[in-house]
Amino acid sequence: MRNLVALLAGLIFGLGLVVSDMINPARVLGFLDLFGGKWDPTLAFVMIGAVAVMAIAWPIARSKPAPVFGGDMPGPASSLIDSRLVGGAAIFGLGWGLVGLCPGPALAGLLVGGTSVWVFIAAMLAGMGVLNMVKSG
Amino acid sequence: MNFDLTNALFGLTGGILIGLSAALLLLANGRIAGISGITGSLVALKLPAAWSENLIFLVGLIAAPAIYALMASPPAIIITSSLPLLVAGGVLVGIGSRLGSGCTSGHGVCGMSRLSKRSILATLTFMAVAILTVTISRLLIVN
Repeated sequence: MRNLVALLAGLIFGLGLVVSDMINPARVLGFLDLFGGKWDPTLAFVMIGAVAVMAIAWPIARSKPAPVFGGDMPGPASSLIDSRLVGGAAIFGLGWGLVGLCPGPALAGLLVGGTSVWVFIAAMLAGMGVLNMVKSG
Repeated sequence: MNFDLTNALFGLTGGILIGLSAALLLLANGRIAGISGITGSLVALKLPAAWSENLIFLVGLIAAPAIYALMASPPAIIITSSLPLLVAGGVLVGIGSRLGSGCTSGHGVCGMSRLSKRSILATLTFMAVAILTVTISRLLIVN
């Protein structure tokens, strides 16, 4: 059942990226180009919709002793503010701003976005792999 | 790109779908729908216990737009970045999202919705840097 839930959640997530057009980097860059004179606020509406649903889901999760299909609910959010968090977010923001792709939309575009998406994903996985090794080493 | 009320409504609807996906994963499996965390866990020497669930989630994420393209019109994906820019952007997104422990979904959607100070700070940081990056790029290209 956990695998079925994971598949369903992945499908719904991907559908959400298509419906909202967040799968399209040009749409995302239109949001990030705040001072370009033709600002595209679509991404803000996407965030409002997603955060609103999750703002309801978190209190429900906290009221349950365990997830429906076993395991544990995530622990309380860490409050550690350090240079890794801020530096990592800044590096991520730089890469996001250069192309307009973040991990979700990049992966969702794998079969429908052409070779540019493949190049981006290969580079992203390499970056993740290298950092995983540095972190664990 | 053009923006009108339709884009706002589709944006909101798509956002609600993303929220429902994250809520399903949380309430049913106890997992946080952070795409960089899920993906990053699969490019490590030591795979996590839930690696198969993570892989299956990604299969769904990758398959959905292709299934949508078969049933409706394929989504437009406009990428104008050059090859070096794609590589640089990909590497930076990969390193940054792992170093900062999250991306737009993990920090932006899942973290901010539970008012995590870490996630709010991370989201403000990557939003500000991305806006700055786009602004500087445009000025460099235009001028």
